This record gives sequence, structure tokens and C-alpha cells, in this order.
Amino acid sequence: MKRTILSEFSDIPLDRGILSDRLIGKRRTKRLRRLGDNQQYNGGRVAYFLQQLINGLTLGSIYGLIAIGYTMVYGIIGMINFAHGDIFMIGAFISVITFLVLGALGITFVPLALVVVLLMAMIFTAIYGWSVERVAYRPLRGSFRLAPLISAIGVSIALQNAVQIAQGARVKPMEPVIAGGLTLFTDSNNFDVVISYLQIFIMVLTVVLMAGFTYVITRTSLGRQQRACEQDRTMAGLIGVNVDRTISTTFVMGAVLAAVAGLMVTLQYGVIDFYIGFLAGTKAFTAAVLGGIGSLPGAMLGGILIGLIEAFWSAYFTIEYKDVATFGILVLVLIFRPTGLLGKPEVEKV
Amino acid sequence: MLFHDLTRPGTDEIKVSDDSLLEIEHVTMRFGGLVAIDDLSFTARKKEITALIGPNGAGKTTVFNCITGFYKPTVGRVMLTHPRKGRYYLERMEGFKIAQQADVARTFQNIRLFPRMSVLENLIVAQHNALMKASAFSFAGLLFMNRYAKAEKEAVERAKYWLNKVGLYDRADWDAGNLPYGDQRRLEICRAMCIQPAVLCLDEPAAGLNPRESLELNELLLGIRDHEGVGILLIEHDMSVVMQISDHVVVLDHGRKISDGTPEFVRNDPTVIKAYLGESEDEDLPQTVKNDLARNAGKDV
Repeated sequence: MKRTILSEFSDIPLDRGILSDRLIGKRRTKRLRRLGDNQQYNGGRVAYFLQQLINGLTLGSIYGLIAIGYTMVYGIIGMINFAHGDIFMIGAFISVITFLVLGALGITFVPLALVVVLLMAMIFTAIYGWSVERVAYRPLRGSFRLAPLISAIGVSIALQNAVQIAQGARVKPMEPVIAGGLTLFTDSNNFDVVISYLQIFIMVLTVVLMAGFTYVITRTSLGRQQRACEQDRTMAGLIGVNVDRTISTTFVMGAVLAAVAGLMVTLQYGVIDFYIGFLAGTKAFTAAVLGGIGSLPGAMLGGILIGLIEAFWSAYFTIEYKDVATFGILVLVLIFRPTGLLGKPEVEKV
Repeated sequence: MLFHDLTRPGTDEIKVSDDSLLEIEHVTMRFGGLVAIDDLSFTARKKEITALIGPNGAGKTTVFNCITGFYKPTVGRVMLTHPRKGRYYLERMEGFKIAQQADVARTFQNIRLFPRMSVLENLIVAQHNALMKASAFSFAGLLFMNRYAKAEKEAVERAKYWLNKVGLYDRADWDAGNLPYGDQRRLEICRAMCIQPAVLCLDEPAAGLNPRESLELNELLLGIRDHEGVGILLIEHDMSVVMQISDHVVVLDHGRKISDGTPEFVRNDPTVIKAYLGESEDEDLPQTVKNDLARNAGKDV
């Protein structure tokens, strides 16, 4: 359905602002809103609300997956990895490339293709995540606090430009892979509440990944080492934890989740370009701050909340200002609750 | 008392014997122009408690930092003879490998537990080496479920053993940061013991403990020496602890070793008294008399 709208645009070069908006924002909500306007959604309020809820949760899942990468890296080395959004963008590109390769090889069986794409995106993006840490952050460890931050911004710009040169600046369209959906119900105004199979796929995959991830962090030896490094890196080294390797693993885990988010965006919106990482990354960062940076459940919660806020703002107010709403939240959180919803304030030891 | 106490009061030569555990040889540590440790040599032996004492700023913690890989000594050698694995030259090893491979455990003057992990987890994370090996670095963990479960069970058993030993079993689920001070101290020692160390370096373990807790600590440390056979290297200001439990005392002042021997020997060593209390009237005693004093102190035992 929304494909039709996208395909109208997909071969027209667009300027940056509109493009980012179109990619990350919910075209679909706008369309539904128009639909609602026509019907003046008198009796359709509940249905309309439910539809926005579904859209918001889908979007929120994607933000949540990216936000985990921010929050984990912040937790373990206390720096904002500004290149994380671009790692996500790389994940999206690798997904598209793998789909094309598979298509050329004649593999069209959707579940198989999805699994292969997912694995390839995870592997290659993980390599990117690992290399970025190794090249740009590890040599600066023990340097002053701002150094890796600036390095991260540099990496972000470098990755964007590298992809722009290698893949071109035009948007890359992607054929819809998972089509169709379930009509949950139709209300008296003929407003369908639809959940697409793709949205189900995104939400289920997110829940599975987050559950698996929580298990790794709370129950396994690797997770314990990560938490130990997070709480006292020096001491972790003194009980024999390989701190450098643990930090690398953290980057790899964040990158893997970002790769999945990249695949989801590719499937959901059907077009990507080299610039999508910036806005998505910044919003995921907002989600991490809203949930309490450093807190894993916080990142998940923050992601869902940002997704919902964006969907509902677009639906009930103006879609043009949805980014303003999101970043307004970031400002408010930073002013009134800098530790976020689930973050713990740093206790100064005397 | 022990035989070697009689044989080596106040000698400066380094004996490489079978029971040596940690040998510090001519270690010098300079920070720019500041010499924190100056040509220090001593030997800590297996199944003994070696105390490192000295006035504030004598360089005791710097010695620990050189042993545990925080600092690389400017000059000198730190050799560990591991009772189970062989020899390690600690000054050449990467920081975390000193704990991971050479099994050197350490506690800090100010407690450094993982405050937002439970008491039990603090002890299990210290045993991550065995766990990581059992789970093939977590990736194959799912495939070798049994092996991993067994390793984890062993880790939990060891943790329980130590918790029981220090009476923290009932608080295993508490966040470590919420424990009372004395319990945190003991937990830190437990965590160090869960590494199954060859040598245990304790930096002022009795600091801030009340007399009763201090006595319990003494018993714990003696138990570790006698039952676990682990050599302990101890920095301590509380002389009652040092004199009661150590087998061997090394006294530092301004980065130099000024005395080395049994507790009785160093207690009566005029140079030690001088370092702690300032100049005394005995300061001009001829060298022969000093040597006599030393010999007599050694025989007192």
C-alpha cells in the first residue's frame, strides 16, 4: 500500500531534507491521516489510534535496536559513539546489496533470503563496528575525554562519504519483500486497522533479539564481564578480564543490532541513501538519553517511546514538526531529568 | 617457629630457593625525577604471609602496582614462581594477563567491588576464565550446554564456599554496594580468592575495621595461608595485625628497603625504629653492634 506512494517518488532525485523526512518519517501515517481527514474520523478514533499505536511500535522497535548500541558503548567506555548511526546505515546498504546479489543468483524464496541477508548484514556490519573501535577509539583510550568523541564524529563523516562515493548519492530503492498484512478490524467508517506482515516480522524479531540480548547480558559470563568493565574497568582488568576484547565485543554487539535495524528500515521504507544514519542515529541517541543512557531496559523503553511520540505527533499534529517534537523531548529530558527514565544518578563517593 | 626464620635475619642477598614465590629483584620505579622505589629486592615465599610496611609515602602501593601490572618497573625484575604453572616474569606481561595467567590477585586500599552486581556475581565474574573456556568464548556456549553448566556449577560452588567462610552466605543476593563496610572488605578478599590465586596481594585489608573484625580478618588470612596454601603479600599500617600474622616483614622507607626479617627482628631493628619514630640516641652505634642486635633479634624466636 505505502509502496505505491514510495514508488511514485523512488526515481526522482530529492533534496536532503525531504529525503530524510520521507525515509524515516511515517509516510504511511500521513496517508492514513489524509484518509482520516476525509472521513473527519468521527467514529474512527479508536481505530485510528490503534493504527498509530501499531505504527509507533514498529518504528520504536527500530529505534530501540539502534539505541542499545549507543547505551552499551556509553556504559562501558563513557563515550557517545556518534558513528553508530552510520554503522546502521552500512547495515541497510549491505542488506540491499545482499538482496540484489541473491536476486541475481535466483534465490527468491523469501524466508531463506531474509535469513541470508540478516546474517550477511550482521557479519559485515560487525566487522565495521569492530574496525571502527580498533582504528578510531582504542588508540585514544586514556586520552582526554573529548578525543574519542571528536574521533567518532570524524568516523561518522568518513563512513557517510565513503558510502556516497562507493554507492552514489542517489536513493536506493528496494522492492518490497514481505507484502500483505492482516486487517485486525474495520470500524463503522470503513477505516481498516492493518498490521502488515512486515510489521509483525519487525516486532517479533525485535522482541526475540532483545530477549536474547538481555539473557546474554544478565546470565552469561560474557555479560558479567561487560558489566564488570562497565562498573570498574581497572578492577575488571585485575581479575583477569580482557578489557580491550570486552569493549570490542560490545561494539560488535551494538553493530549487529544496528545491522538488524538497517535491514528493517530497508524493508519498511523501501529506499535508503548514505545519509539515513544521521537522523536515525540522532533519534536513537535521543531514545537512549530518554531511557537513561547506560541502561539497557532504558534504551528499549526510550526507543519505543520515541517511536510512539513520533507516530502520534505525526498523526494528530503536524508531520512536518515530528522531528521538532522528538528533539524537544531530548531538550526537556536533559533539563528536567538528565539521568533519563531508568538511569541511575551517579553517586559521588566521598 | 619456622626454620627459615632462624637462617635469614636481615640478609640482603637473594636466595633462589624452591619455596620462593615472588621475587622482586632490583626493582626501581621512577616517575620523571621522582624515585618511588629504589633498587628494591625481596622474596616472598610460598605459604607465608609477607608484610610490606613503612611510613606513608614509602612506596608500598607502588610495589603492588609494579607486581600487578599497573606500572612497568623502570629497572628490575618481578618473577613469580607459580606453584602449579611455572615461572612468570610479571614486568613483561600485559596488565590483565597477570591476573588471567599468572593468577595474581589484588585488593585495594579503597574497596573496589562491582557495586551494582550481586555478591554472588562478584565472585562468579572473578572466575570468568574457566567459564569462558567452557563456553568457548560464549559463541559455542549453546552447543556445549553440559560443559558450560558444569563449569558454572563449579563456579557457584566455589563462591558459596567462600561466602560460607566469611559468613556472607545469607547476603549472596544483595548488591555488593549495599553491604556494610566490613562485609565489603571480606567480600573483596573472597573475590580475590575466587581467582584461585598463586599470590594474594592485600592493600591495607584491616583499614577501617573495628578490633573484632580485625581479629576475624587475621583468622581468615591465616586460614588462607594454612588451608589454601596461598602466599599472601600484605600492606598494612595496623602493627597488631602485622606482628600477629606475618611470617616475614619487609620495611620500606623512601622507596628503599631498610629492614627485612621476622616480625620480632624488624620490631627491634634500630633503623626501623628510626624511620618510624625519628632519630634516636642509638643512631651512632657502630655497624658491628647493629649486626649483633640483628643476630640476637633473630635468635630470640
